[in-house]
Amino acid sequence: MKLTNQEYQEYLNKKSPDSTLLKDLLWAFVVGGLICVIGQAIFDIYKNAVGLSDDMARTAVSVTMVFIGAFLTGINVYGKLAKHAGGGTLVPITGFANAIVSPAMEFKKEGLVLGLASKMFVIAGPVLVYGITASVVVGVIYFIMSFFGGGGI
Amino acid sequence: MNKKCGRQTVRIDNVKIKTAAAIVGEKEGQGPLAQYFDIVLPNNEWNEKTWEKTESKMQREAIRLAVQKARLSLADMDRIFSGDLLNQCIGAGFGLRDLEIPFYGIYGACSTMIEGISLASMLIDGGFAQRAAAATSSHFCTAERQYRTPLEYGGQRTPNSQWTVTGAAAAVLETDAEPGDIAVTHLTAGKIVDMGIKDANNMGGAMAPAAYDTIKAHFSELNMKPSDYDMIITGDLGKVGSEILTELLAQDGIDISPNYKDCGCLIYDPEEQDVHAGASGCGCIGTVLCGYFLDKMRKGEIKKLLAVGTGALLSPTSSLQGESVPGIAHAVSLEVKTGGEKQ
Repeated sequence: MKLTNQEYQEYLNKKSPDSTLLKDLLWAFVVGGLICVIGQAIFDIYKNAVGLSDDMARTAVSVTMVFIGAFLTGINVYGKLAKHAGGGTLVPITGFANAIVSPAMEFKKEGLVLGLASKMFVIAGPVLVYGITASVVVGVIYFIMSFFGGGGI
Repeated sequence: MNKKCGRQTVRIDNVKIKTAAAIVGEKEGQGPLAQYFDIVLPNNEWNEKTWEKTESKMQREAIRLAVQKARLSLADMDRIFSGDLLNQCIGAGFGLRDLEIPFYGIYGACSTMIEGISLASMLIDGGFAQRAAAATSSHFCTAERQYRTPLEYGGQRTPNSQWTVTGAAAAVLETDAEPGDIAVTHLTAGKIVDMGIKDANNMGGAMAPAAYDTIKAHFSELNMKPSDYDMIITGDLGKVGSEILTELLAQDGIDISPNYKDCGCLIYDPEEQDVHAGASGCGCIGTVLCGYFLDKMRKGEIKKLLAVGTGALLSPTSSLQGESVPGIAHAVSLEVKTGGEKQ
């Protein structure tokens, strides 16, 4: 074979099929959008029918959506939906629930401590680490800005 | 009695594959080759608590079955070569612990079956054993959790990705090949070939250069051509890798396209079973060779077969550290012995 590594990589890229971008985007848009619509509907119910304040209703929606995501993961539905929806099921909070519950189910066999509890964050861990870090950084900037009248706390 | 035909290829004078057995999972049992497998599992667990236990059991039962078909007992086996994809090869280590057969654990990733047959053949032809077995296994669920993500995790597989076969295979090899037997005639050991491909989801593409290298060495060292074989098979290059292999060899004037098949493209129905680029795993060439192709040879539909096992020698750690995927391929040529040549 007379190809260099780089030439082979280019050749392989040409031979490998591409993802069906338009179809994937459509699926992600529709399913992701639907999940958000469901979230909004639950919010409206909590606010109007149950009578929670906006803040309380928002928190309750998150809790409910996480439960739904976890439940659908447990009964082997979420993964099947995600196969088509991709980013549409990954980005909403239900995807976060899936990322926690799926390794918890998978690694239960290695025990409750070093299996389930330890492996639970194997996918979602980085989201927590960088999500919390980013929120702290933003909080500090916000706090400093408040001294210059940039937005009251 | 020099058996060395070249740097990589050796001649085997008097070894046969006496019997073989193949056990597959549910999904493989719904594929086009279902009727050629000895056992199709009713589910992914097969009455075991963990998938690792299931995989070990599959390997153990495949060996038992192959030995039973040969009308031998486990105590008749002088050696066994076996390995799998699990960390520290626990599929073999735990699967075979009750069998009490002298055991060499081997690792050639998905080429393990062909590596095992090669080593067993040389051991027998060298007079060190009368009978030896080769076995391997892979399981979709154990492979996913080790190499990729939990089963229920909502991820999307890339179009190049391949589906790990749930399957175990075993072959019993013996000295004294009689007419009508499937004799092992040549072995070509592969070199590790790495073209710097870093996408662990495109293993077919990463392994194709290794298969090319081994097949080229095989034909040049034996002064043979593809048409000398009725069939040439590779393990698990899948759709992408097998196309690349055909093209790479064609550039050197070696045309394998008329009689070439990849086991990774055979075991599942590409339209119905949603496996993207095809199958992979130790069990892929293991079960397709031991179940389907050896059956075709016994029936006389294929007389000469070149089986090339292909393996990707990566690990989850090496991939995370940004390493490329080294490939390996080993070849075994098999031939149905004809009457006049009895030794």
